[in-house]
Amino acid sequence: MAASVKDQVVEIIAEQAVLEVADISLEASLEDLGIDSLGLVESIFAIEEAFDISVPFNANDPKDSVFDVSSVASVIAAVEGLVAEQKV
Amino acid sequence: MNRVVITGQGTINALANSAADTFEAFREGRCGIGPLDIRDVDRLAIQIGGQVRGYDPQQEFNRQEIALYDRFTQFTLHAAREAISQSGLVFQGELAAQAGVILGTSGGGLNTQDENYRAVYEEGKNRVHPFVVPKLMNNAAASHVSMNYNLKGPSFTVATACASSNHAMGQAFNFIRSGMAKVMVTGGSESMLCFGGVKAWEGLRVMSKDACRPFCANRNGMVQGEGAAVFVMEDYAFAKARGAEILAEVVGFAMTSDASDIVMPSRQGAARAISGAMKDARVNPSEVGYINAHGTGTTANDKTECAAVSDAFGAHADNLMISSTKSMHGHVIGGTGAIELLACIMALKDGVVAPTIGYEEPDPECALDVVPNEARDAKLDVVLSNAFAFGGLNAVLALRRV
Repeated sequence: MAASVKDQVVEIIAEQAVLEVADISLEASLEDLGIDSLGLVESIFAIEEAFDISVPFNANDPKDSVFDVSSVASVIAAVEGLVAEQKV
Repeated sequence: MNRVVITGQGTINALANSAADTFEAFREGRCGIGPLDIRDVDRLAIQIGGQVRGYDPQQEFNRQEIALYDRFTQFTLHAAREAISQSGLVFQGELAAQAGVILGTSGGGLNTQDENYRAVYEEGKNRVHPFVVPKLMNNAAASHVSMNYNLKGPSFTVATACASSNHAMGQAFNFIRSGMAKVMVTGGSESMLCFGGVKAWEGLRVMSKDACRPFCANRNGMVQGEGAAVFVMEDYAFAKARGAEILAEVVGFAMTSDASDIVMPSRQGAARAISGAMKDARVNPSEVGYINAHGTGTTANDKTECAAVSDAFGAHADNLMISSTKSMHGHVIGGTGAIELLACIMALKDGVVAPTIGYEEPDPECALDVVPNEARDAKLDVVLSNAFAFGGLNAVLALRRV
């Protein structure tokens, strides 16, 4: 894979937030970046398509989902974990 | 303005294939949700639903009819037969011209679409059955009801997602109230439990993988159902004159639009519809004893709905009962309001309030009497039925005991 997981995830989030990649802080929450609930499920869909993985996420209880969406960094870590787990 | 009453009811849903058996299931708090039995279910992340079981179309329709009737139309005709037969009406001459049919559905003939897209895209076929269009169109069910029963007055189909049936029944009510029609057959139907239908819902990530637990702290989403319910509404004076059995009176209806978000519900939009229905019915909030909730089991709907009920009723919100029968039959999308109206009629006529089943722990954001797990006896005068659709379109009906 050419781009790192981190770069690709940041790119997806930036596109969803309509921001430049450089403006995406890893500590920011998706909410801080202006991504609402629809934007979140769309981002997760884009992540699934980009990495060909399945992301366990229920919009009814984001906090309880295994997939931690509390910050950009946590999303990156979760995707890295899923890639390692599912792309063997 | 004419008074409007219900003189016939019919249904098929995950719980039963008649109104009487559905009432029994409501009283027992039975769950009709279980593993889906549909093609390619192994490719779905969501594998449960409120599916109609033990239903054989060949027992009800001949080969030519089945060629024309999508599953949502079959469900409608099944329910219409029960309702119209109960009403005792035969539509001829002048009455036929003054009788129409307004039904709700969100997806129409989705099984027909699914099967035929599969044939041309997946199987590479270049030919489809000649009746695909008349079978899948959203108004197919309403048209077949009109043809089967000679209903020659105002007839059409309403598609407002999860509020379709309530919008349809609200129109039927107002047609009779205003004198545009004497009798209206109304309700709704949905049959979205096919691979494409469930796959589309999966995408939103609001579906539960285990159960529909409305108002419960650990609820985790909605469960889709299928089925239909159909009612006969008629002018009170006409019903009275012919000695018909009156099941309930429809006294009010209101619809509002949130004008805000395509999926997130609005507390204000819902509250305005609830208050509007009471105002239209000229009932005082304190007269309302039961609300059949929209109660989808999603985090967003249930807390917003409870807040809206509190806004509309003030302190009386703590005295009334509110339950979601979706916990039993699933969310029947465009047909759901019609199936849920059955619970309203049962509450008024039989004095039994259907429960919210699967209820495990209270949610402080849904701190109302949700009639957990067990049906309750109560003498009620006025009840409401809520429906709040994606797209922010809300429709609430008010019924009174006769």
